[in-house]
Amino acid sequence: MLPERFLEQQRGRALRRKAVDRWFGRLGLLLTLGTLAVLGVLLLNLAANGLFRIDWHFLTSFPSRRAAEAGVLSAWVGTALLMLVTASLAIPLGVAAGIYLEEYAPKNKWTDFVEINIANLAGVPSILYGLMALGLFVYKFRFGQSILAGGMALGCLVLPIVIVSTREALRTIPAMIREAAFALGATRWQAVWHHLLPYSTGGIATGVILAMSRAIGESSPLITIGALTFIAFLPPPAILNHAPFVSFSWLFSPFTALPIQMFNWVSRPGEEFQANAAAAGLLLMVITLGMNGAAILLRRHAQRNIKW
Amino acid sequence: MVSAEPQPVPIEPRPVPEVSSVSRMSPDATEEKKVVPTKVQIQNLSFFYGSHQVLRNVSIDVPKDQVTALIGPSGCGKTTLLRCLNRMHDLYPGNRYEGSVKLQPEGTDILGPGMDPIQVRMRFGMVFQKPNPFPKSIYENVAYGLRLQGMSQRRDLDERVEKALREAALWDEVKSRLHGLAHNLSGGQQQRLCIARAIATDPDVVLFDEPTSALDPIATSKIEELIVEIRKRVTVIIVTHNLQQAGRISDMTAFMYLGELIEFGETNRVFTNPAKPQTEDYISGRFG
Repeated sequence: MLPERFLEQQRGRALRRKAVDRWFGRLGLLLTLGTLAVLGVLLLNLAANGLFRIDWHFLTSFPSRRAAEAGVLSAWVGTALLMLVTASLAIPLGVAAGIYLEEYAPKNKWTDFVEINIANLAGVPSILYGLMALGLFVYKFRFGQSILAGGMALGCLVLPIVIVSTREALRTIPAMIREAAFALGATRWQAVWHHLLPYSTGGIATGVILAMSRAIGESSPLITIGALTFIAFLPPPAILNHAPFVSFSWLFSPFTALPIQMFNWVSRPGEEFQANAAAAGLLLMVITLGMNGAAILLRRHAQRNIKW
Repeated sequence: MVSAEPQPVPIEPRPVPEVSSVSRMSPDATEEKKVVPTKVQIQNLSFFYGSHQVLRNVSIDVPKDQVTALIGPSGCGKTTLLRCLNRMHDLYPGNRYEGSVKLQPEGTDILGPGMDPIQVRMRFGMVFQKPNPFPKSIYENVAYGLRLQGMSQRRDLDERVEKALREAALWDEVKSRLHGLAHNLSGGQQQRLCIARAIATDPDVVLFDEPTSALDPIATSKIEELIVEIRKRVTVIIVTHNLQQAGRISDMTAFMYLGELIEFGETNRVFTNPAKPQTEDYISGRFG
């Protein structure tokens, strides 16, 4: 083959390969912008319909038969308390399980089985968690249709997310850092407590926040266990002005939550209630986006001194 | 290969006709013991990874307060041998040791039943191939081993950290930023920090696993100087794939091939007058 012809061919091939490269870049950009546009339209639509409803009165009022006077007080308090229960269950359990599976568990068929099933659990429809919570927490443990039962249902729902993200965060720590600790005589627990956990805090916190933002938008498990849709009172306070000063009776209080309140308003006739639903939806979106933003900032902050 | 700066030679290197009973592969080991006491006595050590045997009946008497180099081609088991000595293999499943490794003069068998790997690791410092400081401050890196051993008084820690950093020839470079991050140091400085971390607890032996393979020549020569310096008070075992390095800094050299110890002896002798043909082939660059 003549060198000139060979070079000519190679030049043609290079041009074609670069064209494919360019087109993929453009396609990717287009799809990314398309996805962002959907989110933007959604937010704008909610804002257009509901932004005018969001004011102090909306945040501090109970739901009402009259749409203009209705608010989300019981809903956001319910959501906040649910998240507290969910976090108290999912974080310690999920992080501990992640540490065990990644750092302690032997690698054998049994742990493979556990691992596969944790991945499966992450894909189980949330309504099934609701049914489990109804049977187990509400009836068997007699927690009632309470914040405790709801928070535990959501906690179980997001547990796999916390476990998986804890393991991922631990896996990014190079083996040579573990070995450095072990070589100095650290036990597994000391390696975890002094090194692995501090170095993976950012990753774990990110996973936890993403799990929480998943839980905050869930409605079906809560509806399944019997969350109310119309509540005109708050749970009993956690702090008392007399001994023993702390009360956990709020755990057993009936509750509603933002997505349920929203669902309730959407299903009502009348433009005004639709505006309320849009306002509640907007609130939920803002909280979720805020949590995701916090996750990003937190990770940046925690990882700024961590280099390998 | 003759070292540029001849090391003190404990005995006159001369071939001994009969094979020693203690170390069958080390013609001059029996005479060595008369002069320098043994620190780590490796006897018939075999190591298995699953059903795969990586080390076969290795016996070496590592002399006290000297530098012993483990050389050999890739995959010969030199790093595996090094990691047997502080029981690092215990961290991973499917590993099994046979034989004994006795820490002299007490004679405790670090592979013996009931021996806690954590106790072993507190007496064997280790420096790794790549500098691996913790993402913490310089001070905390050096203090960590001391903290693990229960030291918590600030004054004691300060003193020991400074001592270790001085011994690692790093003090003057870092004394003004002890609480700065270790990762802001250069690669060579990081490796010297890792040496300081390993010697801070006054271990009996420091194990070096190709400590200069990730460093430039200037940083390498600083580490080499340091190794020659610290062997005055601690026994050093170093794995190196750099023959010149073994020649420059070690007193004793063990040549390994395919999981077996081929030859062990005083470094000058092994390099100038190897007893085994494989050793000669490797040292003269015919393979490896």
